[in-house]
Amino acid sequence: MSVGAIAVAPGRVGAPRHLGIAGLILAVVAWVITLPPMLVRTAVPSAIIGVLAMLAGAIAFVGDERRLGSGAIGLGLLAIAGATGNTNSSVAHLKVVFTWSILVAAMLRYATPLLLAALGGIISERSGVINIGLEGMMLMGAFFGIWGADVLHSWVLGCLVAIASGALLALVHAWFSIHLRANQVVSGTGINFLALGITGYFFIADYGSNGTPSGISQVPGVKLPLIQHVGFFGGAIGNANLLTWIALLLVPALTVFLFRTRWGLRLRAVGEKPRAADTVGLPVLRTRYFAVVASGMLAALGGAYLSDAFVGSFNQNMTEGRGFIALAAVIFGKWRPVGALIAVLLFGFASALGDRLPTFSQSAATLFQALPYVLTLIAVAGVVGRSRAPASVGIPYVKE
Amino acid sequence: MSTLEEQTQGDVLAGEEDGGSASLTTPARLGAYVRRGGVIVPILTTLIAFIAGGLVVLVTGHDPFSTYKAIFDGTGLQWVFPWVTGSARSTAAFNLQQTLIATTPLILVGLAVAFAFRAGLFNIGGQGQYTVGGIVAVWLGSSFAGLPPVLHITVAVVGAALAGAVWAGIAGALKASLGVNEVISTIMLNWIAIWAGVYLFGLGGPLQDAHQPSVPTSSSVSASAKLPVFWGNAQLQGLHIGLFIALAAAVVFWVLLNRTRLGYEVRAVGLNPDAASYAGMSVARNYFRAMAICGAFAGIAAAMDILGWKFSLFTNDIQASSVGFLGIAVALLGRNTAIGTVLAALLFGALQTGTSDRFLDPSVFNPNLASNLTWMIQGLIVLLVSTDVIALKVLHSGRGVSLVFKRRAAREEAGR
Repeated sequence: MSVGAIAVAPGRVGAPRHLGIAGLILAVVAWVITLPPMLVRTAVPSAIIGVLAMLAGAIAFVGDERRLGSGAIGLGLLAIAGATGNTNSSVAHLKVVFTWSILVAAMLRYATPLLLAALGGIISERSGVINIGLEGMMLMGAFFGIWGADVLHSWVLGCLVAIASGALLALVHAWFSIHLRANQVVSGTGINFLALGITGYFFIADYGSNGTPSGISQVPGVKLPLIQHVGFFGGAIGNANLLTWIALLLVPALTVFLFRTRWGLRLRAVGEKPRAADTVGLPVLRTRYFAVVASGMLAALGGAYLSDAFVGSFNQNMTEGRGFIALAAVIFGKWRPVGALIAVLLFGFASALGDRLPTFSQSAATLFQALPYVLTLIAVAGVVGRSRAPASVGIPYVKE
Repeated sequence: MSTLEEQTQGDVLAGEEDGGSASLTTPARLGAYVRRGGVIVPILTTLIAFIAGGLVVLVTGHDPFSTYKAIFDGTGLQWVFPWVTGSARSTAAFNLQQTLIATTPLILVGLAVAFAFRAGLFNIGGQGQYTVGGIVAVWLGSSFAGLPPVLHITVAVVGAALAGAVWAGIAGALKASLGVNEVISTIMLNWIAIWAGVYLFGLGGPLQDAHQPSVPTSSSVSASAKLPVFWGNAQLQGLHIGLFIALAAAVVFWVLLNRTRLGYEVRAVGLNPDAASYAGMSVARNYFRAMAICGAFAGIAAAMDILGWKFSLFTNDIQASSVGFLGIAVALLGRNTAIGTVLAALLFGALQTGTSDRFLDPSVFNPNLASNLTWMIQGLIVLLVSTDVIALKVLHSGRGVSLVFKRRAAREEAGR
């Protein structure tokens, strides 16, 4: 350890890091070349590139980039295995599964609710409040979104009802964790149970065993006039949902807000050093309240997308852990909007692939459902490095 | 032993006072608070949650009193009243058996979460540890037909415990070696375990029952691995001896924590990792050991369910199960103590049975509504437990941990 640290001269500190990243990229290349459109039919080139990736990873590992290095080695192994599998399956099968425009469209569908909730999670955690309750807030949005659209005959009002329900539940979380200084993980767990009960109760009370009726006003897609019929882009993004675009646009908006505006600076200051923020006159508690409520609104909008755009109906516990994947995306993305976007696209891609695989192998499709969680576990342990949470996240603030 | 322990614990706390960089982890603080709340706070918490649930029932146009009465009748707890006789008594006995069957795994997963709390760790992974325990229990229980019953049951239970320990141990090892937050890793491991189970027992999966190729389920546990029934009719799902195993586990929990070196180290690390490390204990090793022990408890919980009354594992059951998550509520309401966990498990087990569509009279209250009412009550209990810090501040101002808290707060204010 210490020998390695000495061996790396200060000027070359970046080198192992870049090698590690190169290893990761090489591993992905080794896999992709056996897929359409390239469709290399022998595993030899993939094996060579994969070994190179692992070699780069090994050098990075020796150079004290342990996480990046081990990540590249692991991904290289996976890529060689995957590429061997690809070259052994028929071209027809590969073309069915890897129709890229459909895959990208499905990836965006799966990523949208995750992205909205993850952006909410970033706001909350940047202000210093852990939000395990994202799952419950999403579930509230999912039920009250479609309920609002049903009762008020308008998806716009449905989304507003969803946002209000998420805000209300978030307010409870905020009150407990900011005002009453509760343990935020426990409070969030309670929020999740509570949302499960509330949405299930009102779902049964309002709709009984018949479920939500068909013909509810749904959030529409956005038909892009120019590229709607243009090959790959037409299939991939030509008719994406309105909420997908809103979620994607929120990424740069939130990045600018957090890192380029005084409000963002204040939010981060409150999450890092609340005492200092308080000393210069920032309202620590009020800022945290706003942040938690905003996170609930975004998570609920993600839930509304799930019920009133993606699926078109509600059933009990329909979020099925998506709030936890969003939480994983927050950490995977190192508490940055762009990082969270990359994470949810990765998870969305895994889900989309899992959807396409049953034509090929039911068992493999099931295993793919676990991929986001495996990747997050690997990422948290290795590739992304020790991601640093906002310094005061989880610690209630006591004003003097 | 106890005086020495108190003394050393005092040292640990003193270390917290003096050492500028010492810090209590959040779960440790919570665990410490929770142990000092006595029995008043949990009872109050439960009462408030039930009253709030009753208000929801009232607002949605039902009578809360008759609803709660019907739920209580469904639990079979009236069996303890001597004036319940005749057919009402035999019905109550059967219902109570079901309540205790539901209580058994809740005790064990509650212990799994509580043990982690005492080590300063937050084990959200009870569900995953329960799932892998169930997978291994059903696999071992349905293999090796013809082994002597005692041996077969032992093999299946130990296998499940080991599986749970390994699953939780992954999170413990990641925490110990790389500092990975156990909340995140255990959440991820939960879902990996669930999908692994769906894969193994799903259609075309390697462990799917060969006798029913179109049903996504495991093979059935053979007779030699089934836990004996000691109360009620074995054919009608009487009460199996798993309850005693769970109660024994609670005793083991107490002894392990309070009367062994391992437990002492685990508690010291939970109270203050920096001071424990300064005193020569390996924080990393204790994190790993504590998680492995948690996982073993959760694994045994699953073995009790599989060998006691489920006998096979359907994939939709794996996905719908919430026993492990309820363990969090059980441990918190039980203040992370052995006896508290047992009592809280009984409460939740009774609620679960009393609101199920088998035991709740549908003419009084729709069981589908009632099971969601249970979720609400459980959610409220967890929420209220998360804040009884406030109630405790009033009850115990200036004592024990709250002192540590004030010091910590003071140090944080000093800006470190």
